[in-house]
Amino acid sequence: MVFLLTGIEARGFIFGPPIALAIGAKFVPLRKPKKLPGEVISEEYTLEYGSDRLEMHVGAVNKGERALVVDDLIATGGTLCAAMNLLERAGAEIVECACLIELPELKGRDRLHGKPLHVLVEYH
Amino acid sequence: MFAAENGLKGDPRLEAISQAIRVVPHFPKKGIMFQDITTLLLDHKAFQDTVDIFVDRYRNMDISVVAGIEARGFMFGPSIALAIGAKFVPLRKPKKLPGTRTKYHAGKVICEEYELEYGTDCLEMQVDAVQPGDRALIVDDLVATGGTLSAAIRLLERMGAQVVECGCVVGLPEVKGQCRLNGKPVYILVEPREIDNCRHDISSEFLNVQCSG
Repeated sequence: MVFLLTGIEARGFIFGPPIALAIGAKFVPLRKPKKLPGEVISEEYTLEYGSDRLEMHVGAVNKGERALVVDDLIATGGTLCAAMNLLERAGAEIVECACLIELPELKGRDRLHGKPLHVLVEYH
Repeated sequence: MFAAENGLKGDPRLEAISQAIRVVPHFPKKGIMFQDITTLLLDHKAFQDTVDIFVDRYRNMDISVVAGIEARGFMFGPSIALAIGAKFVPLRKPKKLPGTRTKYHAGKVICEEYELEYGTDCLEMQVDAVQPGDRALIVDDLVATGGTLSAAIRLLERMGAQVVECGCVVGLPEVKGQCRLNGKPVYILVEPREIDNCRHDISSEFLNVQCSG
């Protein structure tokens, strides 16, 4: 049984909440820097050029809570990996990552801390 | 128009929704009491009730498109769209939507400027998302001055859609007097709360700093 579902800004916000509502989970948005008010934890990740940060509210996740991470697409897996780091730092137990689309050649699947990835379509 | 004055007077769901929203003072800058809906999303029942109230209102209005304003409008719009059988269209900050920017609709993405306190910003929509004759609902988490919503209305109307209503979870009192924006009605669930009325069953650590008056 999953307790919380995180969605990554912004397209993860389109798919995550309807799933969370349907399965009885709480929804936790993971956002670009400075969007979330109040106390946050932050995780940096590398882009093709430079880096970016993902933030999550302190207190949104309780230790031991089972979590899903949802995004529209997985490419290199950098963003999903950052999301998982945030959740694990907050003490969550990640059950699975779920994306609509995977670009398998970019091997993002290998960066998910050994956790399963569920996708609906692959794009080659 | 506020839900409590339009058919939902005394509905206990509205009070629970109001209490589930966290108030963060002086964000993003001094003087602003930020209405943080992320705590509403942590409360499954209150979040579901929020969606249900909008769904109950719009399911028989023949709405064919729900447009959500980036990014918090994305958290509410799709659930409403799915429940009422409408398509969902994201209205986004500049350069996020793929496509050619053009002034003349012949390309893929149109842009509508709106005023900020200092300067302007732009809201974008894909041209093919909406057709003439579409009946639209626009959704966002909060309406303050109405600048962003006005831009959203203009985007949809430029592509020939008819905006039926705007729906927001929170509405600032300034909107109350003029419950229409560009002539379109705005439907609001709750007013913003002051800092003292805070909910205490969500982890007090999470709310504590903001709630201690």
